[in-house]
Amino acid sequence: MSAVLEVSDIKKSFGGIKAVDGVSFDVQEGEILGLIGPNGCGKSTLFNCILGQLMPTDGEVKVDGKVVTGLRPSELNRLGVSRTFQLLQVFPKLSVRENLILAGQEHQGNMMSRLLGPSDAGLTATADQMIGFFKLDHLATEAAGGLSYGQQKLLDAAMAFMGGPRLVLLDEPAGGVNLTMLGDLKERLTAINREKRATFVVIEHNMEFVMSLCTRVMVMAEGKLLAMGTPAEVRANPAVIEAYLGH
Amino acid sequence: MTVKGKYLRIALGIVVIGALIIVPMNFNRYGLYILSQWAVMTIAAMGLNLTLGYAGQVSLAQGAFVGIGAYAAAIMTTQGMPLIAALSVAVVLCFAIGWILGYPALRVQHHYLAFVTLAFSTLAFLVFRNEDWLTKGIYGISNIPRPNVMGFATNRPLPFYYFCLGSLGIVSLAMWWLIRSPWGRAFIALRENPVRALSLGIDTRRYTLMAFAIGSALGGVAGTLYAPLTQYIDPVPFNLSLSLDLLMMVIVGGSGFFFGPFLGAMIAVLLPEWLRFTQGYYLMLYAVAVMLLLIYSPTGILGILDRYLAARRTKAASALRAVTKSKLETAS
Repeated sequence: MSAVLEVSDIKKSFGGIKAVDGVSFDVQEGEILGLIGPNGCGKSTLFNCILGQLMPTDGEVKVDGKVVTGLRPSELNRLGVSRTFQLLQVFPKLSVRENLILAGQEHQGNMMSRLLGPSDAGLTATADQMIGFFKLDHLATEAAGGLSYGQQKLLDAAMAFMGGPRLVLLDEPAGGVNLTMLGDLKERLTAINREKRATFVVIEHNMEFVMSLCTRVMVMAEGKLLAMGTPAEVRANPAVIEAYLGH
Repeated sequence: MTVKGKYLRIALGIVVIGALIIVPMNFNRYGLYILSQWAVMTIAAMGLNLTLGYAGQVSLAQGAFVGIGAYAAAIMTTQGMPLIAALSVAVVLCFAIGWILGYPALRVQHHYLAFVTLAFSTLAFLVFRNEDWLTKGIYGISNIPRPNVMGFATNRPLPFYYFCLGSLGIVSLAMWWLIRSPWGRAFIALRENPVRALSLGIDTRRYTLMAFAIGSALGGVAGTLYAPLTQYIDPVPFNLSLSLDLLMMVIVGGSGFFFGPFLGAMIAVLLPEWLRFTQGYYLMLYAVAVMLLLIYSPTGILGILDRYLAARRTKAASALRAVTKSKLETAS
């Protein structure tokens, strides 16, 4: 096993506020790392720094041993780093299938072949496989905006996997998803993790979801790393209990 | 339904194209001039529809690109060069300038971007008017020849109309290809959600510049047809109001719809002629009609059609679900 993601001493401040204050951690290949912490503790900022959406004030990010700090999100994505957002980010006017093709097309060929080649960039079969995998079969040609919230959330997650990523960062995948679909989502994520050896980092507030999905959990509080360990270790950690339940 | 719909659409397409070829045969010189103008303006509006309608980048400079194309054609063809050479120069020039004009769009959006492009539009107008050595300034360039296309002279109005229509046909096919290619999808992604597009590996920077460059190049194509159409150009037609007219064509027709520019240009070019009997009231009627349309349907005329079709599809789908459900119930 080797580290897919190495984050060392990432800092990000907005004016005088230190949103992320020196966080370091590694993620091993095939791992599902949970990232939890109270609201405003810097989880999403940390994600954005890793993914190039924000430029960290200080620190370094490596993917597969290569320094990627400061790369643009599109460049990172083509290196195999994918993400989902906290709020829904599907393209409502495109059909489910078109959304998935869009999510994978920049990984096919080059600018020229994408202009002159087939309209689907050769991805219809892959998209339909993904549609089947996420149980959206009957919705393939529906506009994504017409889907229920939970279905859009599944589509959102499916889109993150179209490029065949090595590393996927999921920002609250379970937020607002009902219990049945939550089970589906967890099962799908576990399956992809096992079959494709995709590595995940998951931000989530739903403790049950995190504790049952993740192999390791990391806890942040006030921009700093508070604890790291197996779900059981983290649950028993007094500092974590204090951060969540207050003094 | 979809197969029937497909045949219906193909049949409708053939009828429209046939009508565009056959009906103008009995038109007089003026009627043919207006129709040719429609074809030319449709090409320019299609370019703007790509930049604005698909990729979501506001531009108030499309008229300036039509001007650049027109001046390229006027200057070169009056020097005895063929129109095709002028076309190549216009396309390359407009593509390059459009690309450069796209850079501000990487930093500013919406009305700020509108102002940047508006400034460019003014700048281009000043160049047309003041650089006498190149453009002959306010005196304009006259006696612009019409081209020979594959051995056919297009001096007379009807052949020249067919030349414009043919050019529109070629541009439409190219545009259709572009829109349904992965590029078209990337342009839409750029308009709908640039942040998400970026996270899916879409190089939004390059696509933004491309949208500007291709859209502007089509403005140049329209310009190269405009010059031999009018056979005389001066700076006045290429001021800001042409850019605004083109913007209105795109919006009224239906921004982001393939056929929007065709419809929008038809309304902007033909309606004034049809409303001529109202004399001085025509602009007022026109203005009121546009306002009412945009209040009722901000997505233009094709937006109304789209809503109607979407509603029908939803109804059909829910009817289908109801039937399936009742079948299941009777079965159990």
